[in-house]
This record gives sequence, C-alpha cells and structure tokens, in this order.
Amino acid sequence: MTMRSFTYVRADSVDQAVTEVTADPEAAYLAGGTTQVDLMKDEVFRPLRLVDITRLPLREVRADDDTLTVGALTTMEELAAHEVVTDRLPLVRQALLLGASPQLRHMATMGGNLLQRTRCRYFRDPDVACNKREPGAGCGAIDGFHRMHAVLGTSPHCIATHASDVAVPLLALGASVRIRGQGAERVVPLTEFYRVPGGTPHVENVLEHGELITHLEIPLPPRGTRSGYLKVRDRASYEFALVSVAAALLIDDGTIRAAHLALGGVGTVPWRVPRAEELLRGAAPGPDAFAAAAEAALGGAQARRDNGFKIELGRRAVVRMLSTLAEEP
Amino acid sequence: MDGSAAQARVSPGQRAPAVVRVPVSLRVNGSERRLEVDTRTTLLDALRDGLKLTGTKKGCDQGQCGACTVHVDGRRVLSCLTLAASADGREVRTIEGLEQDGTPHPLQEAFVRHDGLQCGYCTAGQIMSAVALIEEGRAGSDDEIREFMSGNLCRCGAYPNIVAAIREVAGRGDHA
Ligand SMILES: Cc1cc2nc3c(=O)[nH]c(=O)nc-3n(C[C@H](O)[C@H](O)[C@H](O)COP(=O)(O)OP(=O)(O)OC[C@H]3O[C@@H](n4cnc5c(N)ncnc54)[C@H](O)[C@@H]3O)c2cc1C
Ligand code: SF4
Ligand code: FES
Ligand code: FES
Repeated sequence: MTMRSFTYVRADSVDQAVTEVTADPEAAYLAGGTTQVDLMKDEVFRPLRLVDITRLPLREVRADDDTLTVGALTTMEELAAHEVVTDRLPLVRQALLLGASPQLRHMATMGGNLLQRTRCRYFRDPDVACNKREPGAGCGAIDGFHRMHAVLGTSPHCIATHASDVAVPLLALGASVRIRGQGAERVVPLTEFYRVPGGTPHVENVLEHGELITHLEIPLPPRGTRSGYLKVRDRASYEFALVSVAAALLIDDGTIRAAHLALGGVGTVPWRVPRAEELLRGAAPGPDAFAAAAEAALGGAQARRDNGFKIELGRRAVVRMLSTLAEEP
Repeated sequence: MDGSAAQARVSPGQRAPAVVRVPVSLRVNGSERRLEVDTRTTLLDALRDGLKLTGTKKGCDQGQCGACTVHVDGRRVLSCLTLAASADGREVRTIEGLEQDGTPHPLQEAFVRHDGLQCGYCTAGQIMSAVALIEEGRAGSDDEIREFMSGNLCRCGAYPNIVAAIREVAGRGDHA
C-alpha cells in the first residue's frame, strides 16, 4: 500500500463537514470515492484527513414546475432513474447512462461527478511533469501523447480534457450548483463554475478549499423540447468520450424557438456554445442551420499533432445530434 | 503495512500521521463481522485479507475491470474503490453469499453449463454484476445485457457464453 496514511472522519452534518475541511488545508472530502480513492492510490491526491460526506442528508431529488433540485450525494444511477429525468431530461439521462459502468454509477455522486479530474495520463503519473498536479512543472502532454486531449479552451500550460459526460447537458441547460462555505451559501451557474487552465491549470473551478456542493439546480426545459446526448468513443461502451454533444431544441411551426448546445471531450472545461445557440434560434431546422451551428461550435479550436481529428468529428457530431432531434416525430 | 514508503514523500513541515486504525463493522453475507483496519484499506482488501473471503478478486485495483464487484446495501459496486471505513454499518454480499444451503445460485450453475469462463479470474465479479443486472431489470435483450455488463471485462473473451448464461437465467425468472 503506497497511499499516504490519513485520518478518517465521518461527517454528521453539512456544517461539521465544511468546518472540518475548511480548517485543515490537508483535508479533502470523500463522496463515492471513484475519483478520490483512485487518485489517492496513484498518490496524486495525498490528503492527511478525509472527511466522508456520504451519510449527509443530501440525497433528495425534488421537482417543482420549472426546476429539478438534486442533492449532491444523489448517485448517477439514482438520478438517471428519476421519473422527471426520464420524462423531461432525456439528454441528462442519456449522458448518465453512457458514462462509466453500472458499478461506478451506483457509487459516483453528482457532486463528485462535476469535480472529477481529467483522465490525462500524465496527470496520473507522478514521474512525468504536469502543471495541473504541480504548478510550474511543465506539461508532459503537449509534446507527448495527446490524442484524447482538448482542442478548445487550451493554453500553453495545459490541454487536458474535462472528462465528465453529465456536466455537458447540465451546462447546456443552464444548471447551477449550490455551494456551502463556512457561514455562507452561494449559487453559481455551471457556465461560471469551471475555469479554463490559462496560466493556472491546477485551478479547475471557483470552489474555495472547504466549500461543499450541496445541490444542483437544473432548469426544466418547456414541454415539447426534444433533447439528446451523443457520445462518440473508441469502443462501444465503458469509455470516455472523444467527442460528445448535448442538445435541446424546441421546434414550433417549422422554426427553432429555443436551442441549447454544449460539447464534451473537446474542451478543457465542458463547452457551451452561445454563438451556435443564437444561430439556431429563429432558423428553420435543416442542414444549413445545423452546419452553421457546427462551424460556430468548433470555432477557435486549436489542433495539436494528434488530436486534430476531433475538430471535424465534433462538427459532424453536432450536425448528427441536431438532425436526429429535428427528425424525431 | 508500508507506512514508511508513503511517508517518505511527505514534504517537510507537514504532519505525517502514523498508521491510523479504525473499527469497522459490516454485515457480510448475513453475518455481523467486526474488524479493525488501517484507514487506507479498501473494502476489497478487508474482505480478502481481513475476513479471508478470497472469492472476490483483485484485477486492476483501480475501478477499470469489475473483478472486485460486490453488493453493498443491495447495489453492485467496486470494492477496490470503496474504503472499508466508509462501508461501516453496511450490508455486503459477496460471491460466497450466493449459494443457499449448499445449492449454487442459478447464475453460478448457468455459468458452468454455458462455459461462461476460461481462467475464471473475472467470474466472481461477472456473476455478482449479473445477479444485480437481473434484479435491476436490465437483462431484456442481448444488447441490453452487453451494455449493462460493460463494467466487467474478461481477458479470456468468454463474453458470448457469459451473455448466454445471463439470458437463460433472466428468461427463466428464478434468479432471486
Ligand atoms: C474506470 C472509470 C471510468 C469512468 N468513466 C466515466 C465516463 O465515461 N463518464 C463520466 O462522466 N465519468 C466517468 N468516470 C468518472 C466518475 O463518473 C467520477 O469519478 C465520479 O462521478 C466521481 O464521483 P464520486 O462521488 O465518486 O466522487 P469522489 O471521488 O468521492 O470525489 C471527487 C472529488 O470531488 C470532491 N467532492 C466530492 N463531492 C463533493 C461535494 N459535494 N462538494 C465538494 N467537493 C466534493 C472530492 O474531494 C474529490 O476531490 C469514470 C471513472 C472511472 C474510475
Ligand atoms: S495536459 Fe494538463 S493535466 Fe495533462 S500533463 Fe499537461 S498540464 Fe498535466
Ligand atoms: S479490481 Fe476493482 S475494478 Fe478492477
Ligand atoms: S475467464 Fe479469464 S478473465 Fe474472464
């Protein structure tokens, strides 16, 4: 066992959990553990105190007319099975069920999913330089093996892809996270939650040390909205995305009234494309509008030696997802 | 326990706790089991090394192969990414708990009948996953079985026979 030794604390209340972690710079939360324990085994994470939040009462899913509020400890399987998700959020359900494996989905929580770390192999290998693991060390991927890496939102310091599937539809729908810090609560839209690497790839989001995600708030699109999630990968199942697309369209009278579009597998953060959504709104659903949206979606993409294929693959995935939705009866 | 190697990496000024042990009680295959574990111990190691239940196998030890699949509170999970301390108080079911009064579970019999294994290393995980899959109601078609068994890899490629075994038991409906 090479994992570093740590103290284990089971939190009985949200306040206790936040206090424990905030007070100790070497403390970390444990939810389903599918990222946390994995990376502790690799010695990428080396907390001295692990605060287990799995018994906190944050597992409820509640719906009102226009919002689904999801406790951060709801598992991926539980959320996928929820009737409101089945009924009104096909894109979320599909992204959940196309992610990881059934065993992992029974463990993995929604809060943990949004905070999972990149699958960049160098990030996990303490023998190779990685700015995300060790600020200023360099980036093994830029000149290394980077076929899976990002083409959007990259910087000369990091090109790692954000690996979450479900974050992609959540971002497209305009979902937010409710965050509890010591004494304060705030709500942050996912579009403002993630941070592109820039010069600080180790900073991935706006959470301060000790802040806890307590809930996700997912706006429910109007009835009649069609939506889906397309995941393109190297094998049929149990694999991360090369490219993925989450989309929702409200089509009425031959015109797109509302459009939501985000991409996964191509960005250093889950990638929403407001420009493509604008182009779709008010347009007639069809090849022209979809091609324009696809062009905009990959706008600014920057290829490196091995990952240029993702740009054209991304465009085609956008067109295919939108066409599939438009053709639904 | 290899505390020294781990702690050698602790940078100066950081506290380096010695091995921390915590009591854990689990209900394993119906009986109450108590043990004391290093906080770093996974449920997999607690079952195999602590309780000598070696039917559950360690393949990758990193969540990628499914060999370590067990049921915790009725749900299939990976014991290699579950900390034993975090499983405290939970109900755990392993491959050893499937037989009833000396009679193998129908899926165990079906795996034998259909040759659902070669080396057998992945088999305990396959069967634990398959029992849960049928309980989840996801064995409706071969495609569905394949998709919802995708977290269990078989290096020997026994997949077609594994699917056949599951299909047979799911179709018969005597899987409880
Ligand atoms: C083999 C494998 C394949 C996978 N495939 C996919 C895939 O195809 N698609 C996909 O989307 N994901 C995939 N994953 C990733 C998986 O979905 C995530 O690991 C999981 O969702 C993380 O959730 P968790 O509850 O286990 O989090 P943990 O591992 O417990 O925590 C993750 C991180 O978040 C912190 N944390 C957890 N909860 C909170 C909270 N509420 N507030 C603040 N901080 C918190 C923890 O401290 C930790 O740093 C895969 C993982 C593995 C191991
Ligand atoms: S791409 Fe990012 S995570 Fe990967 S090695 Fe470079 S800095 Fe590290
Ligand atoms: S040993 Fe747990 S998934 Fe491989
Ligand atoms: S039978 Fe050998 S790994 Fe599956």
